[in-house]
Amino acid sequence: MSTMRNESLPGAAENTGAAPGDKPYAGYLLGLADDAMVYAQRLGEWMTNAPQIEEDMALGNIALDLLGQARGLYPYIGSIDGSGRGEDDYAMQRDERDWRNVHLVEQERGDFADEMARLLWFSAYQVELHTALTGSGDDVVAGVAGKALKEVRYHLDHASLWVVRLGDGTEESHRRMQAALDRVLPYVAELFDDDEASVLAVDRGAGVLPSSLHDRVEGRVAAVVAQATLTLPDGSRWRSRGGRSGIHSRPMGYLLAEMQHIARSHPGATW
Amino acid sequence: MYGNDVIDPNEPLNAAETGAYDAAAAHEDQREAIGSDFDALIAADQRIEPRDAMPDTYRETLIRQIAQHAHSEIIGMQPEGNWITRAPSLRRKAILIAKVQDEAGHGLYLYSAAETLGVDRQELLDRLHDGKQKYSSIFNYPTLTWADCGAIGWLVDGAAIMNQVPLCRCSYGPYARAMIRVCKEESFHQRQGFEILWTLMRGTEAQQAMAQDAADRWWWPALAMFGPPDTGEAAKGGHTEQSMAWGIKRFSNDDLRQKFVDMMVPQAEKLGIVLPDPHLRWNEERGHYDFGEIDWDEFWQVLRGDGPCNAERIEHRRRAHDEGAWVREAANAYAAKQTIRENEKESAA
Repeated sequence: MSTMRNESLPGAAENTGAAPGDKPYAGYLLGLADDAMVYAQRLGEWMTNAPQIEEDMALGNIALDLLGQARGLYPYIGSIDGSGRGEDDYAMQRDERDWRNVHLVEQERGDFADEMARLLWFSAYQVELHTALTGSGDDVVAGVAGKALKEVRYHLDHASLWVVRLGDGTEESHRRMQAALDRVLPYVAELFDDDEASVLAVDRGAGVLPSSLHDRVEGRVAAVVAQATLTLPDGSRWRSRGGRSGIHSRPMGYLLAEMQHIARSHPGATW
Repeated sequence: MYGNDVIDPNEPLNAAETGAYDAAAAHEDQREAIGSDFDALIAADQRIEPRDAMPDTYRETLIRQIAQHAHSEIIGMQPEGNWITRAPSLRRKAILIAKVQDEAGHGLYLYSAAETLGVDRQELLDRLHDGKQKYSSIFNYPTLTWADCGAIGWLVDGAAIMNQVPLCRCSYGPYARAMIRVCKEESFHQRQGFEILWTLMRGTEAQQAMAQDAADRWWWPALAMFGPPDTGEAAKGGHTEQSMAWGIKRFSNDDLRQKFVDMMVPQAEKLGIVLPDPHLRWNEERGHYDFGEIDWDEFWQVLRGDGPCNAERIEHRRRAHDEGAWVREAANAYAAKQTIRENEKESAA
């Protein structure tokens, strides 16, 4: 795998984790876990709100898969950053500036076309990401990626089928799906930003360089968009940035307030 | 703190975990010997299947009952769905998503069972949205705190299972088979509700108070779920007698309610929850718990539409359905285009 440099690093092959207190590597993994966690939270909002009952179930399924991916990573991250924190410490007790997810996943729920546009990009990204991470020198990450890969292929399939149906459905659905693709675009580029943590994770043979995934992800999305008789919009004037360093957009604070308030109202309680 | 501090996984917590379920789910098919005559099948306690001739009133009764049951599952997604984004731990969030998903699945099996009687899902949903068909009144009560997710699982799902286990023996085959599956899943739901409350009752004072408050609010509505009294004088004029003759209903509302109370009181004691009924006490002579009078005025008021959440539940359901109309239309339009394309391909080949 060209983006994984573990062969070039002495000792990387037997590396199954990191020394406690390795904050940059923990930060990289937190990016992966937080993307999944925050998107699971957003998808959970669809339950009882989907266009048909089958879709309540499907979006619930995807939310559950993503939640499982985050839960698979958080305790491991706790062992790497030296804090010993568990999944709920990460999910319920961190403030906005400590979250490492991209802006794409924290945006408010829009209409069904908006969700399918977001899911198409995110699941295409996750398919490429987890394909690469199955070759990680970190066995835990490779294990999580191997399991996740089966799930995210289904997510991509689900999103692709809907984007095609909506694009090639009625005039209204075509218009709405195109508008959704246009709206989501400014949040896409951030998925492929090479921040310092990802560069370090690649150096240790454990991570994947986000920019290296771009062309394949875009190729997957472009093929679906073409089949849907839609157009992949050109770049926009502005784009989101900063999620990986804890700079978030307005909806993030509200998302956390809702997700964390019960847990935080009862310090030390177990549930 | 309250006796045993572990939940015994072998101790039945609901009717689907007792021999009553196994007995109800066991079915010996003798149709080959009996044939397809409706009365003969009913007399022999055999299942009626979709293609059998059946009285119109039997068909209508079942459509009404199965649709109401399906609607209850779909509307029942809302009170707990309301807590998915706020579940206090990731484990609870995952369980809750899976539970609400199960309810959607139950709704789908039940709509399918109803469709075997010659109606379609869209028609039934329209009747729900127009207020022409009902759903269980219990879902017109609000879920005010996290503990309500526990109380719903423990009491509401517990009561539902008590009602549904006998339906595994319902004379209509597709409904009976749906119930066999639904009861098993509901049994997990009931257990997780008990476990939520168990954890809260062993937590902080605020958590204990939350659990007690939820039980206070859900106990009486759960008892009302079995429906109005239908034994003795009250049996005259209701649906119970005919439904029993047709093998749709197997026990009276009052019998099932008594079984439920008898099962729940010891569980409340294990939880450390005080049930909000000063008249609740063991009656040695009857071999059952006596309990106080249900407020049937409230029951009828909520059933008529004047409950805390009637308007909200239907409004939510209608909004989701209306907002999704363009998506369903697009799916149909796309499917139609695909059919035309395939036909063109075939004729070209």
